[in-house]
Amino acid sequence: MVASIALKPDAHTRYVLRLADTCLVWSHRLSEWCGHAPVLEEDIALANQALDLLGQARALLTHAGRLEGQGFDEDQLAYLRDERDYLNVTLAELPNALVAGARGDFALTVLRNFFLSAWMLALWRALERSSDAELAAIAGKAAKESRYHREHAADWVVRLGDGTDESHRRMSAALDRLWPCTSELFDADEVDAAAAATGLGPAWDALREGWLADVQAVLAEATLPLPPAPAWRGDAKRGRHSEHLGPLLAVMQVLPRSYPGGVW
Amino acid sequence: MYTQAMDTAPREERSALEDAALQQRFDARIDAGEFIEAKDWMPEHYRKTLVRQISQHAHSEIVGMLPEGHWITRAPTLKRKAILLAKVQDEGGHGLYLYAAAETLGTSRDQLLDALHTGKAKYSSIFNYPTLSWADVGVIGWLVDGAAIMNQVPLCRCSYAPYARAMVRICREESFHQRQGFDALHVMMTRGTEAQRAMVQDAVDRWWWPSLMMFGPPDAASTHSEQSMRWGIKRISNDDLRQKFVDATAEQARVLGVTLPDPDLKWNEQRGHHDFGAIDWAEFWRVVGGDGPCNRERLATRVAAWDDGAWVREAALAHERKRATKEMAA
Amino acid sequence: MSGNPDAAAAGGEWPLWEVFVRSKAGLDHKHCGSLHAPDAKAAVQLAREVYTRRQEGTSIWVVRSDQIVASDPGDKDMYFDPMADKVYRHPTFYELPDAVNHM
Repeated sequence: MVASIALKPDAHTRYVLRLADTCLVWSHRLSEWCGHAPVLEEDIALANQALDLLGQARALLTHAGRLEGQGFDEDQLAYLRDERDYLNVTLAELPNALVAGARGDFALTVLRNFFLSAWMLALWRALERSSDAELAAIAGKAAKESRYHREHAADWVVRLGDGTDESHRRMSAALDRLWPCTSELFDADEVDAAAAATGLGPAWDALREGWLADVQAVLAEATLPLPPAPAWRGDAKRGRHSEHLGPLLAVMQVLPRSYPGGVW
Repeated sequence: MYTQAMDTAPREERSALEDAALQQRFDARIDAGEFIEAKDWMPEHYRKTLVRQISQHAHSEIVGMLPEGHWITRAPTLKRKAILLAKVQDEGGHGLYLYAAAETLGTSRDQLLDALHTGKAKYSSIFNYPTLSWADVGVIGWLVDGAAIMNQVPLCRCSYAPYARAMVRICREESFHQRQGFDALHVMMTRGTEAQRAMVQDAVDRWWWPSLMMFGPPDAASTHSEQSMRWGIKRISNDDLRQKFVDATAEQARVLGVTLPDPDLKWNEQRGHHDFGAIDWAEFWRVVGGDGPCNRERLATRVAAWDDGAWVREAALAHERKRATKEMAA
Repeated sequence: MSGNPDAAAAGGEWPLWEVFVRSKAGLDHKHCGSLHAPDAKAAVQLAREVYTRRQEGTSIWVVRSDQIVASDPGDKDMYFDPMADKVYRHPTFYELPDAVNHM
């Protein structure tokens, strides 16, 4: 077995890792749909989104590795970090079903896609002006991808919210499950403060208003009610995750961990 | 033009004499190497054979997403993860092109899927084997996709043009599939650990014989071949393709440094080909007949995906109907 | 299977669309295949997913398959054979002195 690596990330690196890990974990969840989607065309679409996000994750992880300074590459960061050193948001790591182990729930998947891609689009657009040139370059490419993801997901939220009684019921259940996790997207701490101060990127709380307006419009068109502000707030961006990241990483990391020295 | 238009056309009443003339003209076109398009007259048997062959090819692609898809979440590097996801996605795309080609013959995707899900239609039996290690993924790319390419290239000149065009598209994409598999194995064999090399050899041992079976039963035992050859649907015989595959792969195995699990495999200078050992056709018929290691699971997985997705497909249509109604009322 | 699109929809099947892709600015859209989609917007998006992953496109057209009007292959003779003997439409029919043959 290969032991975990230990990072010493400063605020700048943490800010980047939060995005990198969110993209990586979210991409992993999407890739679980490959071969199981409701229709062939959508199977291909979900895989495209997973590939886009994986590309964003790889670019961000490579950059974070350079920033952190110990010389870790994208694979070491992805496969050899412990759960508590992962800084993705809770929304990204939730399973594709309301209950872990159940078969994929398309309503939950498209709603998560919409919430996260609307958020990422706002972030990427702001990051195009980042004082970190590499981050700005990544943002330039990623913003186009996120824009497409957001539109595709929003269309599905509307189709399913305002489709049949059954699809409306399932979308309501998904909304109920995911809404509490959205507050975390606008939680700002000292890492955000440092980022805003140096021009690295926006503090996450600066994104709330725009995101809420976007989400409100789409939920209205989907005939879904806008829930009140959630009381619960997750702590995943600081490494305290839900029960779901552990099993995800156990699966994802198994091969490099069990083949010390392995070259793939 | 396609499915729906063909169905609303009234059944023409033709005399036996007219049918014979049409058949003669059709045969002449085939013999001249001409392409048949969707709305051209064709013998009913030709149409049925194509629907069966094209749709079973499509089913194979879709079911084929499962054994390799099983390893996407465990891909050992982010690069391999991206490659595998793109590859399996392509298989889905190939299935889609083929369903589209089959639909030009007067059937619908739903009908074709129903045949698969109820066990009436078959898919390539190679996908009824389990993928037990990461090396299986590389071996599938090398051997299974390699065999598929050999089967598919001649189909680019199939007499039925929509199928031929789909095959051209597929062949263009397929070469990446074999190369990525070989590459993954080559890295492990030449730069990997002892444990990785053992993993590769073990995968080769399990997938070699099933890959040879992909070319179908020996020519003498193959029922559909003769008529399919006559119609320009099948261009090269099972045995000839299998021999081509063995010859190419034996050389590739040497480059990889793996041993193919056939003590009788050796170059025959006289024939100019590799001799190889006897295939266990009993196993082939068993697996094709439904008693392979994964048959029930593969089918159940596809049925589950389809059934689970019914509410999604219905909702999308319901939404569109509402939108269209609102638009008309406006 | 019915030729009536509403019946197909009632049966839960997504309609079939033909896809045309323009690969580069200035070129024609070419037919590249078909796909199933519930509505026009989805058809364009899904065409992008299915038919342009390898940078094959800069523009997509989709048309419902049942909206395509095609010439009848049975009429091929009368539609297209008469064009064969109007050779005077082709530049090569005209022999000009070398000095002006670049016309």
